[in-house]
Amino acid sequence: MPLSDVWSDPNVRWVLLGCMLLGLSGGVIGSFTYIRRQSLTGDVLAHAALPGVCLAYMAIGAKSVWAFVVGAALAGWAAVLCVGLLVRRSRLKADTALAAALSVFFAFGVVLLTFIQRGEGGNVSGLDAFLFGQAATMTAGDVRAMATLSAVVLAAGVLFFKEFKLTGFDPEFARSIGFSAGRIDALLMSLVVVTVVAGIQAVGVVLMSAFLIAPAVAARCWTERFGRMVALAGVFGAVSGWAGGYAGTFSHQLPTGALAVLAASALFVLSLLFSPRCGLLARAVRRFVQRRMTRAEFRRAAVGVKKP
Amino acid sequence: MTTTESGTVAPGDVAAETEPEASPLVVRDLTAAYRGEPVLRCVNLALPEGRLIGLIGPNGAGKSTLLKAVLGLVPVLSGEVLVFGMPYRKRRRLVGYVPQRESVDWDFPTDALDVVVMGLYGRLGWFRRPGKKEREIAMECLEKVGMAAYADRQIGQLSGGQQQRVFLARALAQDARLYLMDEPFAGVDAATEKAIVGLLGELKSRGKTVVVVHHDLSTVRDYFDWVVLLNREVVAAGPTDEVFRPELLQRTYGGRLAVFRENGAPTRAEG
Repeated sequence: MPLSDVWSDPNVRWVLLGCMLLGLSGGVIGSFTYIRRQSLTGDVLAHAALPGVCLAYMAIGAKSVWAFVVGAALAGWAAVLCVGLLVRRSRLKADTALAAALSVFFAFGVVLLTFIQRGEGGNVSGLDAFLFGQAATMTAGDVRAMATLSAVVLAAGVLFFKEFKLTGFDPEFARSIGFSAGRIDALLMSLVVVTVVAGIQAVGVVLMSAFLIAPAVAARCWTERFGRMVALAGVFGAVSGWAGGYAGTFSHQLPTGALAVLAASALFVLSLLFSPRCGLLARAVRRFVQRRMTRAEFRRAAVGVKKP
Repeated sequence: MTTTESGTVAPGDVAAETEPEASPLVVRDLTAAYRGEPVLRCVNLALPEGRLIGLIGPNGAGKSTLLKAVLGLVPVLSGEVLVFGMPYRKRRRLVGYVPQRESVDWDFPTDALDVVVMGLYGRLGWFRRPGKKEREIAMECLEKVGMAAYADRQIGQLSGGQQQRVFLARALAQDARLYLMDEPFAGVDAATEKAIVGLLGELKSRGKTVVVVHHDLSTVRDYFDWVVLLNREVVAAGPTDEVFRPELLQRTYGGRLAVFRENGAPTRAEG
């Protein structure tokens, strides 16, 4: 579909808007987790959402966004609980425990998903998109639910911006002045779960976790202000979401999520190369200039030695 | 407060009154753990108001843990802490806290002014955003620590001493009556050390009580008029002249103290 026709088709318009909103909230929430070094925890929550969503589907026998949120939240909570237990009771380090929980929960989810698809009505349920996403198969109801969830997440991000910043920078000081870091943590993790559920149809759980990381990391390269970083991550996410959704309109076979994440990754690579902060190019230029200056100084010094 | 005439409070000799003006900080039979290990045993303490108080002891003595227990940051296994006669959670606004500089991520995307504004978050409460008024107050506090010129500098680009001053400015913004400072002199340059000492003097002249975790025994006499010697429990607490004595220090530091005497004053500790 040519670019000019995209907005005239109401179905496509909704899908694109939904993907953009999803990218926006993914970028914003991802910034909050990235800045407190909890990206991996977000990853675990995203993967643990799969068994939760499958169990919710099996329990009520139909697709329901709200049941999915509850299922994903319960599974995510169980996963985080397992990580906590592993860290405390075993000699595993936190990153190992997180990786272990991620694989176990995700594997369980894949088994459940296969089980559902083999059963009655498995093919019409649309659950097969949950792994990698397929925006083109979304119904208007799906898009509306996705937009609602994204809007809720964004609103919470704006409302608690100050608290997220404070507890991200200095959690102990935050607690000393009465902002419970534990509560803010729990809120943030809930927002991650809601974002993942919002994106499950369009992007899928696997790539939703990438959506929570890539825009934030890319944005961090461009600014030293937290507010700007969050906004920029939102923009990067929205652009990637749009790109994925748009590419997905060409063919129903193309996985939207993968395309969106490729777009986000491209933005990340560009940031890595060209941004002033982490830019490899900027560093090369600085080194070149420095070498030139040092050489010039040497030459001057050498001349100074010869003169007398 | 049950104190002797000279103001010395013996360990275990604790204030019974709880009226708000009694003492900025009373600790009774406090046992507290850090990372699951009990660090402080039966700590009893009652601090006088309006003094600069040095909290001194060897590594692992529980100095930071004591401050954190007061602030409710580590679990208190038994005993109680009263701040101006009330539990801490009812007195948050009267207490300013300067954590150890290493406790935060200085790569965080924010500038010096923004960090100081965080000192006003407690007053703002949930949801309310800091505005122009908050930034003005924060700017005044930065000026007081000589950091106004660095207000919009990313915090990671500041030197260790400058970062410490930003933390102090944040505590000033809290406008507290009791300040708890965890090693504000650690790893700072001479200029910053001087600036901090000046600031402590100013706080004292305004009637504030300041508790400072301190390591350099050679400066204790110059900086503090009251001292708490701590090693898992309170060894002694009182005016510097009475408590900062070789035999008490020996007891605090155990065999690890090498005292070099200059005019009878202990000058150095090997922790």
